[in-house]
Amino acid sequence: MKYMALIYNDPALTPAYGSPEFGAMMQGYGALNASMKAAGVLIAGHGLQDVDTATSVRMRGGKPETMDGPFAETKERLGGYYIIDCADLDEALRYAAQIPSAAYGTIEVRPLAEYGV
Amino acid sequence: MSPPDSVSTVAQTVAQIARQDRGRLLAILIGRYRNFDLAEEALQEALSSAHLHWARTGLPSNPSAWLLTVASRKAIDRLRRQARDARMSADSILEMAEAADEKPEIADDRLRLIFTCCHPALEQKSRIALTLRTLGGLTTVEIARAFLDTETTMGQRLSRAKAKIFNAGIPYAVPGPEEWDQRLHAVLGVIYLIFNEGYFASTGESPLRQSLCDEAIYLARMLDILRADEPEVLGLLALMICTNARRRARFAGAGVVPLEAQNHMLWDMVQLREAEALLDRAIVKRSPGPYQIQAAIAALHCQIGEKDWHQIVLLYDSLLRFDANPVIQLNRAVALAECGALSPALAALEELAEPLMDYQPFHAARADLLAKAGQCDCAIAAYDRAISMALTAADALFLTNRRSALLVHSTVG
Repeated sequence: MKYMALIYNDPALTPAYGSPEFGAMMQGYGALNASMKAAGVLIAGHGLQDVDTATSVRMRGGKPETMDGPFAETKERLGGYYIIDCADLDEALRYAAQIPSAAYGTIEVRPLAEYGV
Repeated sequence: MSPPDSVSTVAQTVAQIARQDRGRLLAILIGRYRNFDLAEEALQEALSSAHLHWARTGLPSNPSAWLLTVASRKAIDRLRRQARDARMSADSILEMAEAADEKPEIADDRLRLIFTCCHPALEQKSRIALTLRTLGGLTTVEIARAFLDTETTMGQRLSRAKAKIFNAGIPYAVPGPEEWDQRLHAVLGVIYLIFNEGYFASTGESPLRQSLCDEAIYLARMLDILRADEPEVLGLLALMICTNARRRARFAGAGVVPLEAQNHMLWDMVQLREAEALLDRAIVKRSPGPYQIQAAIAALHCQIGEKDWHQIVLLYDSLLRFDANPVIQLNRAVALAECGALSPALAALEELAEPLMDYQPFHAARADLLAKAGQCDCAIAAYDRAISMALTAADALFLTNRRSALLVHSTVG
């Protein structure tokens, strides 16, 4: 089963770029990526640039409305994601708990919808 | 086959088997077909068939095996129909169903099922409801009544939980050793909540309440059979049985009788002895845990005559190492006061005033300790607060009586 792990962070609580904690966090991501690849679980994964770079768009009356900023202003922001292929929710949660950001923020785990099987 | 039985005898037998074996049969069917609804519907159909057939032909020699065979056939029929309706790879579904039908019963089916029903990915109330519905003997209507929900709301809750198990891929499996402790704790937590809902009756009527206690004890016994000598399972079972043993002494008229004033003759000695034996079985495993400690405290409370309050305080200290929550600190303070350390106990209560501001038993305990310390005005005020927050009429009446006794005492004295 495929799952998406959505990584939510509060920037105020996340280690600052360049700090020793930041280095440790990035090393943690490297180790996790390697172990997920070795297990054949990893399908995709990326970090996202800061929400300051976000642009939202919607179609209203056939015209695009473009806005600066994320869809929802919340303290915890979407900072990245993984798509992993796991046997069940327990395995997906085990990997999600190993995402270094889980120590600072929250990881939401959702199964992908499979259409047209 | 025995000769045909009367319709009412058959109905009774079917009801009895449904009660005894429902959880076991459901667990096997869910194990085979990986679908809660399919399993429930197939079992229901099999029970309906049993009414008709058994009245005609007499009881089969092994009614439970008969039900399983018929339910499996019904489940496969349903899968066939679904495959036909969906015009999808019928062959593959049939293969799956028939392969599943060949599988022998696995002793661990119910163990898997309880871990699925109590999975932490489900909302707590849904865990309770699903466990009672699938492994316990309660109907959706009964569970709805026990939790003061409408049948529709409870039905929807159960459907949502079953859908999440299927859609989110919550496994139907006994957790591995690295997750065992944490997941077992989640299962025991659900069982204890069911028991407390029954025992402490925050609201509602009594007969259904008692059945919740019985269900919780039944579920813990089942766990003990499926995975013997698990110290915390034994601990929880001992705790619930020890508590349950005192239930007849807990009420007099419309009021609650506190432990120290209960009539020991009303305690169920057979249950108390069983609780002690269970605790002994747990202790030799030398792996203490919160339920074993709580069971030991409950057992000490049931000693007739002089209670060993020092030992009780020490046990609360160990319990706090597992779970430093303010309610346990409150209980420790009360035990400390019983040891004669009234001022340290009152000082401990002051520390708890903020976290337990909205916790009614805190105000009741504080009132008692203040009364003991001779601070009558403060005690009366604390009783007033506790009475205004009481959840049941019985509890309010009990506190009102204490308050009146204190007033009389202070005026006379």
